[in-house]
Amino acid sequence: MENLNSTANEKIIQDLLPQKFGKSGKIWTGILVAFCLVGLFAYYRQLRYGLVVTSMRDYVSWGIYISNFVFFVAISLVGSLITAVFRLADVHWSTPLTRIAEIIAVAAIIFASLIIIVDMGSPERFYNLFIHGRLQSPIIWDVIVITTYFFISILLLYFPLLPDIQILIKYKEKSSKRLQKFYSFIGSFWKGTPAQFKLSEKAINILCITIIPVAFSIHTVTSWLFATTYRPGWDSTNFGAYFISGAFLVGAGGVVVAMYVFRKAYHLEKYITADHFEKMGRIVVLLALLYLYFNVNEYLVPAFKMKKSEEAHLNGLFTGEFAPLFWFAISVGMLIPIIILLFKKGRRPLPVFIAGIMVVVGAWFKRYLIVTPTLLHPFLPMTNVPDSYRHYFPSWEEWAIALGSLAGAMLVITILSRIFPIIPIQETITERHETAE
Amino acid sequence: MKQENNSRRDFLLTGLAAAGLAVGCSSKKNAFEAGAEEGIKASGKKVKLLSVDGEVIEVDEAFLKPVPALPAVSNSEARLGIGGKKFVMVIDLSRCKNLRKCQAACNHMHHVNPGQNWIKVDPMQEAEHTAPYWQPTTCMHCDEPPCVKVCPVDATFKRQDGIVLIDSDRCIGCRFCMAACPYSSRAFNWSAPDIPAEVAAQPYSCESSVPQKKGTVGKCDFCPDMARKGELPHCVQACPNGTFFFGDLNEDSVSNGSETFRFSELIKDKSGYRLMEDLGTKPSVYYLPPVNRNFPYESGLDNDTKEKK
Repeated sequence: MENLNSTANEKIIQDLLPQKFGKSGKIWTGILVAFCLVGLFAYYRQLRYGLVVTSMRDYVSWGIYISNFVFFVAISLVGSLITAVFRLADVHWSTPLTRIAEIIAVAAIIFASLIIIVDMGSPERFYNLFIHGRLQSPIIWDVIVITTYFFISILLLYFPLLPDIQILIKYKEKSSKRLQKFYSFIGSFWKGTPAQFKLSEKAINILCITIIPVAFSIHTVTSWLFATTYRPGWDSTNFGAYFISGAFLVGAGGVVVAMYVFRKAYHLEKYITADHFEKMGRIVVLLALLYLYFNVNEYLVPAFKMKKSEEAHLNGLFTGEFAPLFWFAISVGMLIPIIILLFKKGRRPLPVFIAGIMVVVGAWFKRYLIVTPTLLHPFLPMTNVPDSYRHYFPSWEEWAIALGSLAGAMLVITILSRIFPIIPIQETITERHETAE
Repeated sequence: MKQENNSRRDFLLTGLAAAGLAVGCSSKKNAFEAGAEEGIKASGKKVKLLSVDGEVIEVDEAFLKPVPALPAVSNSEARLGIGGKKFVMVIDLSRCKNLRKCQAACNHMHHVNPGQNWIKVDPMQEAEHTAPYWQPTTCMHCDEPPCVKVCPVDATFKRQDGIVLIDSDRCIGCRFCMAACPYSSRAFNWSAPDIPAEVAAQPYSCESSVPQKKGTVGKCDFCPDMARKGELPHCVQACPNGTFFFGDLNEDSVSNGSETFRFSELIKDKSGYRLMEDLGTKPSVYYLPPVNRNFPYESGLDNDTKEKK
């Protein structure tokens, strides 16, 4: 603790303490809250009138709620990648990014759970999952692993935060009374003794080891919601690995975007350096190539055979109704970012940021393409149904709820970055100390 | 109690039900007393009836009262199914001309939402140069039901008599079963069903699938409530061409109301098959190929154009 007094450490603390929202921060928060409110109003309508307010019907019985759910689960996997994998591999350059990754993971997994409840026709019977749950259903597996992942993620955010909370409490004048009360409530027991550090180190290690299989499970099980059915486009043994690789890609893309925004907003150029973007750029390009590999497996192998049941589905994606969206998702979500990031010049902060946005946007539409087109190509012809059953374009309520949930996740990230240091202070100090030696 | 129910059911199944029954045939005295209390006068016309004890009894026609509808079975009984039965359906494609009387009767009896159908009649053509035909599809009541496998709350279940039903009081509306069903036989109640208030107020019965509820899944139920009464499902009764045959695999017989066949012989003679056998779902619905047809395919087209208007 003695080095806390040195001027260098003082500077780090002053740089990294959470700051009050400026004007742009307030506007940003206001916009997010507005989106959430519109989403809530749309959900009120859905509760009142039923899922009829959506554009989902008997054939397309899963729409953008489910693709949004898959997106959230996917992006939440990044917590395990950046925090756990790098920590276990003793990679130190990623330390300033761990908290960003964990915050994204927590926000995304919260909204994954919420959006799946939104998709339920009878959400008031949610408790049936606990009193009548049947272990043979993949939905129950999902409930179990997502809940587990949620708690591990919260703990993995919380434990490394404790030394920082001690600092926050020490610098009383920097935060409001209410925040101080909150900090004391969640972290006043932490005194920073060697015994506590040892215990925390151990706990974090255990969490890092457990979160990896759980992270793999959440997204594999999510892929099984589709792969356990017979439908063309879902009936694939490739699905688990395909989903995991896509999840790591979109998660890394999300971190890159958040890195850039926080760096700009909080002037963290000294902590999130160009070198971080260079390294994250390499990771994103590796993950994008991996995801592209699984996409080739997923689409080109069945396309080579063109089985009758797959034919309509694949043609719809390659040249038909969904072709513009499909090629958009493939090129924007994978190909263009790969091209940008393969070049050294492309791995400077701004191009990496742009590639990150492309990855995230492409990934959202990719999830939509995984869920919906399959449902429009059932085995038996779509007969004796109104015309609205043969197409799907989300209603305003669905858009409002989906965008509201995305805004909600970003709001959680924003709020967490307001009350906690977005870069771990204690760890940064310790690491600088170690490198100095 | 259970014993009594069973004997009553057996009695009904003997076929006397249709005639209407005197109240409590086994205790003649009470029946007359009850009639006397209500001030019914004997008409003098006697009807011969078979009592549950096997006696032939004579009852005055005026004392005959229609049997009130059987009370719906309890949820736990509905989940078990009818003992000793294994229900099957045979659909003879050579007899279907897309009249969709089956559909209308089914929709009417189950109060299916307008626009949705539990029975569909698909225009089928396997390949460019093969013959088109009409294919009615119901729930296949699979022996390896993909929908039941994926249901997280046991709201859709398989009974010992082979029927797959839905408990709308338990369904959470996740629609996983709809994604899992390769036959697209399930329909979701996207809004509150458009049904008369007195129907909506009834307690839900898994066996009649009435009343449907907002935010839950519905589908063809093979009409087990009719089977308990010893009657054929609504679609079977409604088809004027006798396309649908319904029966019990254990008895090895199926009937469309006017003709009855030995199930195994019918399937053997006419090369019966099931849909999407390769998926391993083992449906309980068999199809007879559209050969020696009663109607040309084109005769069904009128119905399709009418629908579009």
